[in-house]
Amino acid sequence: MSNNSSVAATSENSVWGGGDSPFKVRWGKLYMWIFLVSDAFTFSSLLIMYGSLRHRFTGIWPKPNEVFTHFPFIHGHVPLAYVGLMTFILIMSSVTMVLAVDAGHQFKKSSVLRWLGLTIVGGFMFLGSQAWEWYHFIEGSEKGAYILADGRFARTDNLEPGVLKFHDGTIAEGSEAQAMIASAKKNIIGATLRENEYGNTPLFGDFFFFITGFHGFHVFSGVVINIIVFILVARGFMDRKKDYELVEKVGLYWHFVDLVWVFVFTFFYLV
Amino acid sequence: MSDIHHEHISHDSVEKAHSGLNTKVIWKVFWILLGVTIFEVGISFTGISKEVLLYTFIVLTIVKAYYIVGYFMHMKFEVMPLQWSILLPFVLIVYLIFIAIYEGTALGLSIY
Repeated sequence: MSNNSSVAATSENSVWGGGDSPFKVRWGKLYMWIFLVSDAFTFSSLLIMYGSLRHRFTGIWPKPNEVFTHFPFIHGHVPLAYVGLMTFILIMSSVTMVLAVDAGHQFKKSSVLRWLGLTIVGGFMFLGSQAWEWYHFIEGSEKGAYILADGRFARTDNLEPGVLKFHDGTIAEGSEAQAMIASAKKNIIGATLRENEYGNTPLFGDFFFFITGFHGFHVFSGVVINIIVFILVARGFMDRKKDYELVEKVGLYWHFVDLVWVFVFTFFYLV
Repeated sequence: MSDIHHEHISHDSVEKAHSGLNTKVIWKVFWILLGVTIFEVGISFTGISKEVLLYTFIVLTIVKAYYIVGYFMHMKFEVMPLQWSILLPFVLIVYLIFIAIYEGTALGLSIY
């Protein structure tokens, strides 16, 4: 490379001479990894705080499988099925993304476009699902929950009208329940940042809005970035550069979003 | 000149590193992730005790994370210095989990 052979020899032997790549990835990908580590720390902090406060309020914290029970076109309780479907959508879009990256390595432009396009569709499907879930979380049930005269918190159920359910599993029904409702201090329907009908603590709703909202915003950003990369690929930008690494970098981000959802799914919905 | 040469080296090694992942492996990982998720939803309806379920879910989540990071994000095929640089900081997260859950539980116990 150099006219001076002794300099060339030094640079080959020393890691300080340049030409050595200890991580064997290019800087763009490395920077994406470093960003993802910092982002993972943010999400970890949110989820760990959720866990901490859930242990703090263990006596009144809502049970997720009694909260997320809706499913489109099904009247009744179908716990976890909907978030299971959302997980499936996101894993599926992760697969199409990795296939787009794979096609990029082989410089198959049309194949990259097909898989990247499907990834964008998957992203929109996930965002739509999340909007649907937020709608039902905010809207709540028909009668909501009551804070009774003695300060206890009782939920109602669309499927069992006139029945009050307490957190410890006991129920009240008939005239007893009617008397409790008549003397109740407050009726809460749906969820806001201040209160929610799922449990006697606003924290559950706050964490729901913040964690799934923060994740949803990541998905939204990912979809936007995917669309930009899709346009660049379609216009032949990567072919001219003979380099599809941009697809790989946005792929890393997209998989990370999927990874975060795996943890949100477990710690928010399952346990 | 030396810049171009450098780019060439790293690009070559990147290409080589990708040989571990093909379409067949990708779909295999997909079925594993899907299977684990269905299994998780399934066992959450059984009568298994809460504690057992909690630890089962945590283990299965780490299994899923391993497959996503290792295969989809390609970490399994990167060189060791990169793997350690990215993964080692998460020791701090393990520590944070320990102190935050411990603290939350202690605060709860002091009230109920």
